[in-house]
Amino acid sequence: MSWKFDSVNPIFKQIVDELIIRIIKGDYKKGEKLASVRDLAVEAGVNPNTMQRALAEIELTGLVETKRGDGRYITEDSDIISKFKSEYTNKNAVQFLEKMKEFGFTKEEIIEYLEKIDI
Amino acid sequence: MDTILECKSLTKKFKENTALNDVNLSIGKGRIVGLLGPNGSGKTTFIKIAAGLLTPTSGDIAIGGNFVGIETKKIVSYLPDHNFLTPWMTVEGMIKYFEDFYEDFSRERAEKMLENLSINRKSKIKTLSKGTQEKVALILVMSRRAQLYLLDEPIAGVDPATRDYILRTILSNYDGDATIIISTHLISDVEQVLSDVIFINNSQVVLCDTVDNIRDTYGKSVDEYFREVFRC
Repeated sequence: MSWKFDSVNPIFKQIVDELIIRIIKGDYKKGEKLASVRDLAVEAGVNPNTMQRALAEIELTGLVETKRGDGRYITEDSDIISKFKSEYTNKNAVQFLEKMKEFGFTKEEIIEYLEKIDI
Repeated sequence: MDTILECKSLTKKFKENTALNDVNLSIGKGRIVGLLGPNGSGKTTFIKIAAGLLTPTSGDIAIGGNFVGIETKKIVSYLPDHNFLTPWMTVEGMIKYFEDFYEDFSRERAEKMLENLSINRKSKIKTLSKGTQEKVALILVMSRRAQLYLLDEPIAGVDPATRDYILRTILSNYDGDATIIISTHLISDVEQVLSDVIFINNSQVVLCDTVDNIRDTYGKSVDEYFREVFRC
């Protein structure tokens, strides 16, 4: 999996966001062991200190847990993952709706329109 | 934070020209530091002083607790901004040369990197392209298990794909405790591997901060911020 970074936000924050998305999408499975800080840093092409900071940060969310002396694992707790998943879905849906409203569509029009689209 | 390099009121004058003026810095272990500044700002002078090739006019510089000298040269691996390879020697010959010279040289590392970049060890240096010579030079320097790497313009002459490889090589080959100082103009290429940056302008340090802090504070990349600070 390749990592892409924008040029505005701190890189560790972008890594945290990307990790959350990968967990929500199931790229990283429940209970899966994460690679070491160094391997992840090399994979993402970032400084190991940055990766370390990102991992420390994502642990605060509960999505990733440290097992003493044995590295980091994705949580087994489905509730936490679902919680992040709905937050993420909500955030994206709201953004989409706001954008469409700027174009002058009502919510009803948008829904009607969405139903016509096949994906 | 453990310090690897510290300098106090470091000044270097070349006759009437001041190359470095009252530079005070403290660089921690395990950092990857970008030394950034416009042409002629004093980057190479700073690196040469740290490598022991120039002596300061006044002020102090210590690496690993010792003033720059024989002891510090053992722990400092320096990549000059010009070609230092001997043209008539083979790549293998250069490896032997480095092996003889430096106790901390790892042949294993060197061979692995040469293989990954498909560089033939039997080739004579002068038959290699400019870019390949730069790669060989960097491989030799990164194959030492040093505590401080001083890389003066390490990626300027190589193509973008190799640049990526080299940056990954730097990331995967340095020990967690080692510090790397990279001077470069190619900020956007190296930005994501850096932990800290030092901006130097008109012989003085104008900014010394972490990359994350700069992005947080100014809401832009170091590259963009650099362009703003040094707008001509």
